[in-house]
Amino acid sequence: MFLLYLFLLFILIGALIAVEIHNLLSSVIAVGTIGLGLCIVFLLLGAPDLAITQLVVEILVLIILIRATLASSLPDTYKGREFLAYAITLLFILFFGGFAFYAFKSLPPFGEPMMQLANRYIYEGWQKTGATNLVAGVMLDFRSLDMLGAATVLFAAIVGTLVILRKKGRKEVNERDESGS
Amino acid sequence: MSGMSLVVKVVTRITAAIIFLFGCYVSLTGQLALGGGFAGGIIIAVGYILYVLAYGKSEAEIKTSKEGAVVMMCLGMILFLMLALLGFIGGSFFNNFLPKGQAGEIWSAGSIPLCNLAIMLEVGAGLYLVFLNLITFNVTVREEEE
Repeated sequence: MFLLYLFLLFILIGALIAVEIHNLLSSVIAVGTIGLGLCIVFLLLGAPDLAITQLVVEILVLIILIRATLASSLPDTYKGREFLAYAITLLFILFFGGFAFYAFKSLPPFGEPMMQLANRYIYEGWQKTGATNLVAGVMLDFRSLDMLGAATVLFAAIVGTLVILRKKGRKEVNERDESGS
Repeated sequence: MSGMSLVVKVVTRITAAIIFLFGCYVSLTGQLALGGGFAGGIIIAVGYILYVLAYGKSEAEIKTSKEGAVVMMCLGMILFLMLALLGFIGGSFFNNFLPKGQAGEIWSAGSIPLCNLAIMLEVGAGLYLVFLNLITFNVTVREEEE
């Protein structure tokens, strides 16, 4: 359990550095450390399936983010009215912190009483689906509608990037917008 | 000569094949051991991205064009939806209509391996497309600035 909290602290420090640092590339690399730390946390909690997916997604996202960062020149971040922004942030943190404190008190302890449905999945899952990997059995048999939703969201996001980043149909610099089209 | 140096190209030619093989293995044995279509698809996409980074965009597009990747992505999505609709044979949407088989063998668990295959096609081709698009977009922006 000590290792788990150590890695959670590591993730927190990485997140703070990613938000606060000024260099964009260093920020992207700090985001990468968050994902890799999360991968090890999944392993420690006994979810190697998630850890594999997290690792490969993290590598891919890191490549794409670095590729996008190196060629972009973002303007400086917005300045001014900092007091108001900090006050609102602090207010929301206090609100959600208090809410989470009361919500977490009513949760059952970590992994303790197994729900009835989860019990059935675990003890009868491999007989009903025939899959020895229980995660695949739950994800693609019992809860395949969730997987359909995830696949649809990914499909929509990729089609969105295809539309935004297309080469054809981009207007000339001086061309005006046509009304009504 | 586009792309990186000769050493990188030769090493990429060897490792990319192994990465493709590992991605196929992870996604096709998703019902037996760790992995699944999502992780396997991303591993395959990473293999393609390695190829693009080493050889440059123009030479990599000879192997897999953008249109081909779009077709693969849509094929994966349609295959997944078809499997969902074919569940009506067994009675309901997303029913596992194929015979379950012996648990632990490669052809077991009904339609789960087919679902994994569909998700592998969609995720792998789609994430490769995102990367390819970001590269071509940067190229066009630079050409306009010059």
